Amino acid sequence: MSIEVNNLSKFYGQQKALDGISFQAKPGQILGFLGPNGAGKSTMMKIATGFLLPDQGDVIIRGVSVTKHPQVVSKMVGYLPEHNPLYLDMYIPEFLSFMGGLYQLKGKDLANKVSRVMEECGLMPEKTKKIGQLSKGYRQRVGLAKTLVHDPAIIILDEPTTGLDPNQLVEIRKLIKTISINKTLVLSTHIMQEVEAICEKVVIIHRGKIVAQDLLQNLTATEKGFTFVLATEETLDMEWFSAFTLSDLKVLASNRFLIRTPDPQLFRKQALNLIQERQLNLVELKQENKNLEAVFHELTQKPV
Amino acid sequence: MTSLFWKEINAFFTNLTGYVIMAVFLAALGLIVWVFPGTSVLEYGFSDLEALFSYTPMVFMFLIPAITMRMIAEEKKSGTWELLMTSPLPVWQIMLAKYLATLVLIALTLLPTLVYYYSIVQLGDPVGNIDSAGFFGAFIGLLLMGAAMASIGMFSSSLTDNQIVAFVIGVFTSFMLYIGLSAMAELSGQWGYLLENISLSYHYESMSKGVIGAENVFYFAAFIGCILTVTWGIISKK
Repeated sequence: MSIEVNNLSKFYGQQKALDGISFQAKPGQILGFLGPNGAGKSTMMKIATGFLLPDQGDVIIRGVSVTKHPQVVSKMVGYLPEHNPLYLDMYIPEFLSFMGGLYQLKGKDLANKVSRVMEECGLMPEKTKKIGQLSKGYRQRVGLAKTLVHDPAIIILDEPTTGLDPNQLVEIRKLIKTISINKTLVLSTHIMQEVEAICEKVVIIHRGKIVAQDLLQNLTATEKGFTFVLATEETLDMEWFSAFTLSDLKVLASNRFLIRTPDPQLFRKQALNLIQERQLNLVELKQENKNLEAVFHELTQKPV
Repeated sequence: MTSLFWKEINAFFTNLTGYVIMAVFLAALGLIVWVFPGTSVLEYGFSDLEALFSYTPMVFMFLIPAITMRMIAEEKKSGTWELLMTSPLPVWQIMLAKYLATLVLIALTLLPTLVYYYSIVQLGDPVGNIDSAGFFGAFIGLLLMGAAMASIGMFSSSLTDNQIVAFVIGVFTSFMLYIGLSAMAELSGQWGYLLENISLSYHYESMSKGVIGAENVFYFAAFIGCILTVTWGIISKK
């Protein structure tokens, strides 16, 4: 395993930030770490990179314990913290050389690696600028270049796409995908499309606990039947649906119901019949795809 | 570690604040040593630089916290502290690199005052009538004093992520250890001797006259060692 998180717990005073979290990432895998704000994503990543110590448990990176040998681990890991901290007074090559120097790269080797990552991250056109002068998208590229400069086998990115405009978002996502070739990548986010676009495996946490972890395709597979939203101008009555074959019915509003059924074809027919019989004015009849977003809402809205 | 050391030196000189701090330091000292009537060498009439050595620690009290305040506090505030702490560099090396950079910056700021020495050499009657050994002995004492206050500055910068707070704590702690303790020694009878002995001014005093006593050098080394160890303890807490 590339990354093994074993029964990790962290407390901030009384508050439990992480509560017995365990998961693994295989070499070459892209793992999406999902959760609402404040779920403990950043705490997990800070522990995995040795910035924080856990109160319990450990993270093993390629067989080495983070808590026991943080220096050994840090050479194998490239980490982009949340909000992408950078030295705004530095020029891009200066910053990358400085970071490379911290990772004990020297001389020719350092210079080669710096120019290689600048090429890879598309920073060459901006190389004469100070980091403070760059747009947010380019700063994010500098941050990514920094995580790559010492050629780590594992990359950990904490919300790498927050605050970017839609174009930059697509570019940075593409870049993340290219740099992750032959590397293990862990990426935290609360943007579902991002996970659907990039990740193979998904871990969802909520209030410090894992509520789901599986491959993306398994998570989004339908389990509980098909979901419909039915809305009319008139008020709906629960009793009208007593003859239907439903597995679940939720009242979203007096004229808007969320309905689960094992047989979508039958339901559609029955619903249209109902509308004709009762002379209702149909506003919406929509089948909801069970996407990751729906899974996420389902798992993170209930109290743990 | 060298990479971090040079980064700190560069950061000081790429920033306007670095030059402002140096200019203010030299202007204040220049006024005290050459212009102000109470302290001016010219008025004093003897060819020595006692004014320089007795007033520089006062200026150091403000200058050094101004250099050190950003060392840790700013990195914590901007989040770049996380970059340093997740690098393979051990915490003590991060601290030492920053401390050594501070020492070099203090030495560089102090360097132009060697011109004063040359001036006095030339002004002496006959020319060259100055106690050179005394001057350089006192200069070494001044550097040790700077090193001690730099360790206090590093300590106060490690306590907070606010530069201003770090500066104020640094100034106050330096003030207490330099002037405050010996003043308190006079107030309290039986503890007076002890308080006097742990104050910076007590050990600096003989050095400022050019006498480098082993016990004073040892005191400064131990002082710096203690404060840096405490600082290391604070910043390596995760």
